[in-house]
Amino acid sequence: MFYREAGQFKTSYKADQAIFPILQDRVGLGLIIVAALLVPLFGSDFLINSFMIPFLIFALASIGLNILTGYCGQLSLGTGAFMGVGAYSCYKLATIFPDVNILIHILLSGFFAAGIGCVFGLPSLRIKGLYLAITTLAAQFFLEWCFIRIPWLYNYNDSGAIEVPTRTLLSVPITGPSATPSVRYYVILAMIIGLTWIASNIIRGRIGRSWMMIRDMDIAAELMGIKPLNAKLSAFAVSSYFCGVAGALMVFMWLGAAEVESFSINVSFQVLFMVIIGGMGSLIGCFLGAAFIFGLPIFVRALPEMMGLAVNASTVDHISRMVIGALIIFFLIVEPHGFARLWQIVKEKLRNWPFPYG
Amino acid sequence: MRIQSLVMGVAATALAVTGTLSTAATVAAEELYVPSLSYRTGAFAGGGIPIANGFADYLNMLNARDGGIGGVKVNVEECETGYNAQKGVECYEATKGKGALVYNPYSTGITLQLIPKAPVDEIPILSMGYGLSAAAIGEKFPWTFTYPTSYWSQMSSILKYIDSNGGLKGKKIGFIYLDVGYGKEPIPLLDNLAPKLGFEVAKFPVGVKEMQSQGSQWLNVRKERPDWMIMWGWGAMNATAIKEAAKIRYPMDKFIGNWWSSAHADLKPVGDPGKGYLGANFSGIGTDYPALQDVIKHVVSAGNTQANPEDVGNVLYNRGLFNAVIVAEAIATAQKMTGKKVITGADMRVGLENFKLTDARLKELGLEGFTGAISGSCADHEGSGAVFIQQWDGSTFNKASDLISPMTDVVRPLLEEAANKYVADKPDWKGQTCG
Repeated sequence: MFYREAGQFKTSYKADQAIFPILQDRVGLGLIIVAALLVPLFGSDFLINSFMIPFLIFALASIGLNILTGYCGQLSLGTGAFMGVGAYSCYKLATIFPDVNILIHILLSGFFAAGIGCVFGLPSLRIKGLYLAITTLAAQFFLEWCFIRIPWLYNYNDSGAIEVPTRTLLSVPITGPSATPSVRYYVILAMIIGLTWIASNIIRGRIGRSWMMIRDMDIAAELMGIKPLNAKLSAFAVSSYFCGVAGALMVFMWLGAAEVESFSINVSFQVLFMVIIGGMGSLIGCFLGAAFIFGLPIFVRALPEMMGLAVNASTVDHISRMVIGALIIFFLIVEPHGFARLWQIVKEKLRNWPFPYG
Repeated sequence: MRIQSLVMGVAATALAVTGTLSTAATVAAEELYVPSLSYRTGAFAGGGIPIANGFADYLNMLNARDGGIGGVKVNVEECETGYNAQKGVECYEATKGKGALVYNPYSTGITLQLIPKAPVDEIPILSMGYGLSAAAIGEKFPWTFTYPTSYWSQMSSILKYIDSNGGLKGKKIGFIYLDVGYGKEPIPLLDNLAPKLGFEVAKFPVGVKEMQSQGSQWLNVRKERPDWMIMWGWGAMNATAIKEAAKIRYPMDKFIGNWWSSAHADLKPVGDPGKGYLGANFSGIGTDYPALQDVIKHVVSAGNTQANPEDVGNVLYNRGLFNAVIVAEAIATAQKMTGKKVITGADMRVGLENFKLTDARLKELGLEGFTGAISGSCADHEGSGAVFIQQWDGSTFNKASDLISPMTDVVRPLLEEAANKYVADKPDWKGQTCG
């Protein structure tokens, strides 16, 4: 009853090919965006700083990895390093050209990540599957090594960390310690909405379709005229671009300072889990997966306090690890295709529900 | 299908119900709230647990014995960081709104993240003997403190010890360190002092991933044959390094760890082969102090602690306890100066700049001979405290030297230079002027 598209007639090709052809989707998305805009009015700084901001940033990184793994079928374990490339190049840009707006730097830094991504994507033309995963793992270790061993990247800082300078947009500070969480949240929200829109259009278009052909059967795709070189490298480039921007946002808008540890292999795995739990080849899955993998530990840790129980911090940490592990297994058994598929099933059910027949 | 949807439904309702539970603020009006960023999990828990215990136990002892500080109870709340900078910042954000007085991050990585936030939120950071060495310059870092001394001062004390035990000139010093911000911190000082004092430095970085397999580093040590080894290690790295050193028969009495590389937790797994190993320290060993006896009486015997009774008095336990002593002294000073019972973070900053931990005061606290005298000041945020060298005898540590004060005349200008460099690219950084 709630999700029926009956009566919504498409009278033009444009309407038929819209991103959200169904009215309910458009209304739902509008409501979500309005709710997202209202969060700073009702939420605490902790909610915004420790959940909403990282959630959006990791959702962007998941979109990046999902383009590569979910849409183009190339398994990658180098996400953390590509995020690092974005962060370090943004830091270098921001210190070399301090007068240019930081948002431009953040968007530009993605191109550095895209370039590096292309280089490490070259082996994908010869090797596939787990073997490719190993070469991206090599990228992860090599780039981590670079972040430690090339002091130029962190401006010869004694601590080896990159620190975010204060930068303003329309004379409101948006990075650095004096930027309020709400301002940073709005900037990130705007960027994520824009970038997700771009991603969805790339995926729906010719390039995205060529990725999916490569994913489904690369030989058949080649026979039909898709060049694997172009398709695979463009997937690596676009994917790394999104990861790079996510990395730059992570350091500049969330952490405020970062060491190489922030881009370790654990981050790569975390993002990969977000993609797998959220759903391969789905954009909404990226958001659901990021919310689940990033938000659940925070929620589980806060739970005893909310219920007024006094539990040791370390015990809570141990329990949250166990609970999260169990929940991941539970959700994967219930729905191996991730939350995106679960959402799809819910939508199909809602067509008729609560009536037995349509 | 039925069961599956039932389970899903239950899971969904459970999430929804718990989600709507309001976060009831449980902060009482009259208390001194001190968050403790601890790490009882992860690769560095071996060091994190005793520190967190010592810190909490001393403040809880004050609550039990004196009814708090100035009549106001201290509330120590732990937040688990796992020695991870992101989780540390998360803890910071979660606790800063509750009236936090001071942060003790116990991780150089977390400290670096918090330094720029401190002036904005007006909550001081006490990175006791770790963190950014340059923060010792109070004019540039009004909100950060490194009492009782910084890494650079400590390194200069260690060099002084070497100098008085066979001389420095013409010697080769091997420096083995954990390859993160913490381990790299003293390198600029070493590089700077080497030509001045006429010694040579050989560096052996140990990555976090290879903490427990240091074969290649020690092979290099064997090749380089340094006269002395200095270690900046933490967690699982320490025991491994000492074992490897024993394997290549490196003389233990020429191997000095810094104050994070010479704790009972590091040497117990090594045992006898580690005999003779030296380490820097600034807090007393053992429980032969009246204050520690009070902790045992009021907290440990009362079962109000997470510590094993036999760990009380260990190096790192006493380190955490000493940290709590500085916090308590600063709170008392702030209360006296402002006339308020319940102080704020900004008052706490004033307290940290003005407390005086003289030998007489240490005796009053029941900690005579526990550590060298330190006092806060506006310009000097490291207190120029001294360290002593301790030696492992196979089962415990014994004091092996008197207090060695740092080479302030050499270190201070370098610290000032580093502080200026830190501030240089931050045009809106707020320093202070000290009269």
